[in-house]
Amino acid sequence: MHLLSILIWLPICAGLLVLLLGDRHIGAARWLALVATLVTLALAVPLWTHFDSASALPQFTEHLAWIPRFDAWYGLGVDGIALPLIVLTAFMTVPVVIAGWTVIETRPAQYFAAFLIMEGLMIGVFAATDALLFYFFWEAMLIPMFLIIGIWGGPRRVYATIKFFLYTFLGSVFMLAALIYMYVKGGSYSIAALQALPLSLIEQRWIFVAFLLAFAVKVPMWPVHTWLPDAHVEAPTGGSVILAAIMLKMGGYGFLRFSLPVAPDASRELDLLVIALSLIAVIYIGFVALVQQDMKKLIAYSSIAHMGFVTLGAFVIYEIVRNTGSATGAGMGLDGAMVQMISHGLISGALFLCVGVLYDRLHSRQIADYGGVINSMPVFAAFMVLFALANTGLPGTSGFVGEFLVIIASFRASFWYSLLAATTLVLGASYTLWLVKRVVFGPVTSPRVAALKDLNGREFIVLGALAIAVLLIGVWPAPLLKVMQPTIHHLVSQAIATKL
Amino acid sequence: MPDSAFHWSSLAPAVAEIWLAFAICAILLTEVFTGDKRRGLIATLTLLALVLGAALTVRYGQVAQRTQLFDGMYVADELGYALKLAGFLIVAVGLLYSRRYLENRSILRGEYYVLALSALLGIFVLVSANSLLTIYLGVELLALSVYALVAFDRDSGVSAEAAMKYFVLGAIASGALLYGMSLIYGLTGTLRLDAIAERLQNPLDPGIILGLVFIVVAVAFKLGAVPFHMWLPDVYEGAPTSVTLFIGTAPKIAYFALTLRLLAQGLSGSTAEWTQMLAVLAVLTLLLGNLVALVQTNIKRLLAYSTIANVGYILLGFVAGIPDGYAAALYYTLVYVLTVLGAFGVILLAGAKGFEADRLEDYKGLHRRDPLLAATMLVLMFSLAGVPPFVGFWAKLRIFQALWESHHLWLVIVAAAMSVVGAYYYLRIIKLMYFDDPAGAQPPTTRELGLRLTLSVNAAAVLVLGLLPGPLLDLCARLLH
Repeated sequence: MHLLSILIWLPICAGLLVLLLGDRHIGAARWLALVATLVTLALAVPLWTHFDSASALPQFTEHLAWIPRFDAWYGLGVDGIALPLIVLTAFMTVPVVIAGWTVIETRPAQYFAAFLIMEGLMIGVFAATDALLFYFFWEAMLIPMFLIIGIWGGPRRVYATIKFFLYTFLGSVFMLAALIYMYVKGGSYSIAALQALPLSLIEQRWIFVAFLLAFAVKVPMWPVHTWLPDAHVEAPTGGSVILAAIMLKMGGYGFLRFSLPVAPDASRELDLLVIALSLIAVIYIGFVALVQQDMKKLIAYSSIAHMGFVTLGAFVIYEIVRNTGSATGAGMGLDGAMVQMISHGLISGALFLCVGVLYDRLHSRQIADYGGVINSMPVFAAFMVLFALANTGLPGTSGFVGEFLVIIASFRASFWYSLLAATTLVLGASYTLWLVKRVVFGPVTSPRVAALKDLNGREFIVLGALAIAVLLIGVWPAPLLKVMQPTIHHLVSQAIATKL
Repeated sequence: MPDSAFHWSSLAPAVAEIWLAFAICAILLTEVFTGDKRRGLIATLTLLALVLGAALTVRYGQVAQRTQLFDGMYVADELGYALKLAGFLIVAVGLLYSRRYLENRSILRGEYYVLALSALLGIFVLVSANSLLTIYLGVELLALSVYALVAFDRDSGVSAEAAMKYFVLGAIASGALLYGMSLIYGLTGTLRLDAIAERLQNPLDPGIILGLVFIVVAVAFKLGAVPFHMWLPDVYEGAPTSVTLFIGTAPKIAYFALTLRLLAQGLSGSTAEWTQMLAVLAVLTLLLGNLVALVQTNIKRLLAYSTIANVGYILLGFVAGIPDGYAAALYYTLVYVLTVLGAFGVILLAGAKGFEADRLEDYKGLHRRDPLLAATMLVLMFSLAGVPPFVGFWAKLRIFQALWESHHLWLVIVAAAMSVVGAYYYLRIIKLMYFDDPAGAQPPTTRELGLRLTLSVNAAAVLVLGLLPGPLLDLCARLLH
């Protein structure tokens, strides 16, 4: 059984089929797209249920010769870090297809095809156990996203999409150079081999910087975050959802999969750099979010701030070991980083979908154009408020679990880190709730708002499913944590070991 | 041992050249007798000659091991065999793409095909050269044919100007090549490359270094490396597009072979010297090619600067100074030629009678007017930018790998950074085709089924070789070990 291969290639093949059906048979193309994403999601279920959560080793592995000359393999497998992200990817593509059902008017078949192909490529990124294959998927994914923003985006879409492409390309090229260097040195592209490859401190520093360039751009971390607000604002709703929910996670995934285990000594040495950048993202970007006039831009900045917790949680482990002398509690930082990624994927995706719901009706994302939406759209308002509260980290929602774990972990490292990180509780609440206050509550500002229609069935299903997921992880995160446990444990031991 | 008796069969490894020389004469005569009445006939005959040539080469031209012919002037090996087959294929596809264009511009004449074939003969001679004289013969046969091709549209002032520039600068480069060769010959006493390789030993005679400088200049000129690139943009822009396609594809293979046979094999004793020279040229080439391409408004000129940039990567393969680096350069050259062949094919098909489709703005909204052409161009541009899953990615990867193997950290950084700059202008073409609306009324694109099918196969090859790069990578490595 090649479950992972099916998960990767089923959406891609379906996407090509949708492309062939074209706009002339758009009805069939739409249904095919929906069925393909649903089947992919259904196939992700056995992946979760049959996963042995007592093992840290890759499971569902596939190993086929790809380029024997480079000892590069078509190697797939999932461990406790990849599994939740793959499920998240399969889960989040469904609402994207449903949300674009009738809204996309120009070249709809290509729109659905692009998302299907991208779904397969994104699953490939998380499932690859060979660094060359990983890079292959990682870069290939830029093509559909470039087209999605460029074709279906807003007025400044060309600027935004080229900026997005070049930024990520710049980071990735140096990662590629680092991967090739390690291949030349060690003779293998297998990720496990790279993790085991002995490297001197100087080599590790170079490699760490190369990885940092790639992953920091993707996460994105301050100061290489500027592509994200542009891309989010210009992208169509579906593009924003995928961008925020999945693509940003690849940066975090990269830190966990490559930076920490491949260059542990350099990570230890340079951890303060990453921690500082993360805290700047949390605080400074939080303030930036506060003053935004555009809803999507606000959520984009909020994403950067929330992703700061992921990188903070990942790198705070070195400070924990340094200050307490033991690795206990280090796992909590990584746990927090992972939960934060999943949770942020759901919440930011949901918030972008909410903005999309409003945008489809009024064709404006300006906060000033709204006000009193609750009067005409009570059901929508309920969802919006729920996701906003989740975004602020309200206990009972998934947003709480990740942030809480990271703050606790950073407390072990230093009181000051946790104090600075905890400012998010104030800042996050400020910008999110102020957004909700101005958009959802208050007096009805214009006749157009008064004439808004509440959610239709399609939108209700999409937001409802996301709300359930957010609450489920919020009140009962144990299954998620349990699946990750052995892998995180293994990762901690790799990250704090030395290669020197 | 000396078998004085001459056997015809001993000529078998040179069957490609012999057949081509024969075909050129036959087609020239046919053209004289049929005249202008049946123009299509010559085109069809030429394609037939190329297909037959490839078949004959496969049947008779294969050699089990490196064989020398004609008193060591000529060498037949696996590399030459593979490159000749590639030459047949590329020229055949290129001529196929060009036919409708030539018709539209009223320059569909027999001489065009004869000149293309004689240029191909020059390429073959270069590919199999084992002597300084043979190399010079090949270089001149190729160059003279191409000069004439550039000026082929007699009524076009731009073409004539481009041909003139090309000819004058090319003559200077030929002079440099001859001068360098004469120094090498004078100091080693032999014209044969393998003998030169044996006689070069450290410490090198300063005269050899002087000769080397002239030879490197000539090679750089032929490849279009900065600062010897001046002719390239003007010629690419001024020549009829079908000729630009020709110049941009098959001769690159010949110049790869020239660099390999002359520098990497013949002058292997001075690898340390010429790799340093090429390293400087490669960095300049990468910088200038990529940066100047950013501001072009003519797609042929843009592709000219893109060629210069890509030559930079090919040179980097040689700079590595190891067989793996040469294999990387070969792989890069083949991949580049395959991609550019398709790109010029798109330009030819996007045009119509009286419409050259050579300005970038002519591609605005191409996606709406002709989705297939736009999709093909999309694939080719992403491949040139080096984005997986297309084959251009592996070409860049191979170059990076060769540079790491030879410990060139800074060159890796320059090459990586420049590949990002390069991505911008390829993205710009995609942007025009996909994100912009068509600008005004434009004549419809060429809708010939066979051509479009060939072009699709070309793009599909770029994708398939990207998904499964193993075989071609292995082939290139085997040819150079």
